[in-house]
Amino acid sequence: MMDIGKFKPSLVYTIYIASTPEKVWEALTSAEFSRRYFSGFGVEVEEKVGGAFVLRAPDGSVHISGEVIAYDPPRKLVITFNVNWPGLVEALGETLVTYEIERSGDSVRLTMSEANDREISEDILSGGRAGWPAILSSLKSVLETGKPQVIQMEPPKRMLEALKRMGVKVPELPK
Amino acid sequence: MSKPEFIYTTYIKTTPDKLWHALTDREFTLSYWFGCSLHSDWKVGSPMQMHKGGKVVNECVILESDPPRRLVYSWHSVFDEDMIKERPSRVTFVLEQENNAVKLTVTHEGFAEGSKTLPSISGGWPLVLSSLKSILETGKPLVFTEACDAESA
Repeated sequence: MMDIGKFKPSLVYTIYIASTPEKVWEALTSAEFSRRYFSGFGVEVEEKVGGAFVLRAPDGSVHISGEVIAYDPPRKLVITFNVNWPGLVEALGETLVTYEIERSGDSVRLTMSEANDREISEDILSGGRAGWPAILSSLKSVLETGKPQVIQMEPPKRMLEALKRMGVKVPELPK
Repeated sequence: MSKPEFIYTTYIKTTPDKLWHALTDREFTLSYWFGCSLHSDWKVGSPMQMHKGGKVVNECVILESDPPRRLVYSWHSVFDEDMIKERPSRVTFVLEQENNAVKLTVTHEGFAEGSKTLPSISGGWPLVLSSLKSILETGKPLVFTEACDAESA
């Protein structure tokens, strides 16, 4: 078991959604639902602490894998969240993602945080800083309007270059 | 340059013109900003006041105005005796069209050391901008039955 006490938040995003905690939980943990707002990626979560977490790309490959650290529906989900690029975990350590779901007024407050056990540079964090607002904005749209927002997004070049310098085998940089 | 103290990005299915209107129209702001309305002619150098419940809660000055792309104003919270003593901070709105949505980035920076306004706006912006996204996409703002004075001001 990892020592999560050593992890400190490196980025936090809060969004309020006109929905219920149960529906937000389903959106975060169901493969079918997540494909609608997560650029076609499916979330697979084993429903227990120590279970497997996978984010599967539209082509069926595993893009992100991890382990369930806390599982408390519909309030809190903590998972390790590591992109499957060779050398990434060696370079950055594990990344921890926490979703907290709370009722707030007639809405739900969803707080996502990414935490690491070491200092992560702004170049590396630029990926999450660009990605999470797009993903969670789309999640809110699906829950409130039934329709996602299609936001085309490539990993930021500065992130890929920084990872490459750290010895991570990243996909080819866009020309 | 130091890093801005607060940055928030959201994507809203609308047009830059409609979003600009939503950020600057007195009646429209009142419909989603949890009881606040914004009063200004939005010209550079003009004052902008945020009213809530018949009182002025924030005194602002328009620093840049380039509709529908970029809006900058100073921000001085005057509803709290500690905040009133703080120097004004600065809010920047950048609106960018992306496919059928608008990417809205709000940056709020320039706070004094130990500012009481910073935690207040850090809690408030996600709430206001979530409600803004809801009203533009569904026609309905977010509803909070409990008081949210500190958060929305």
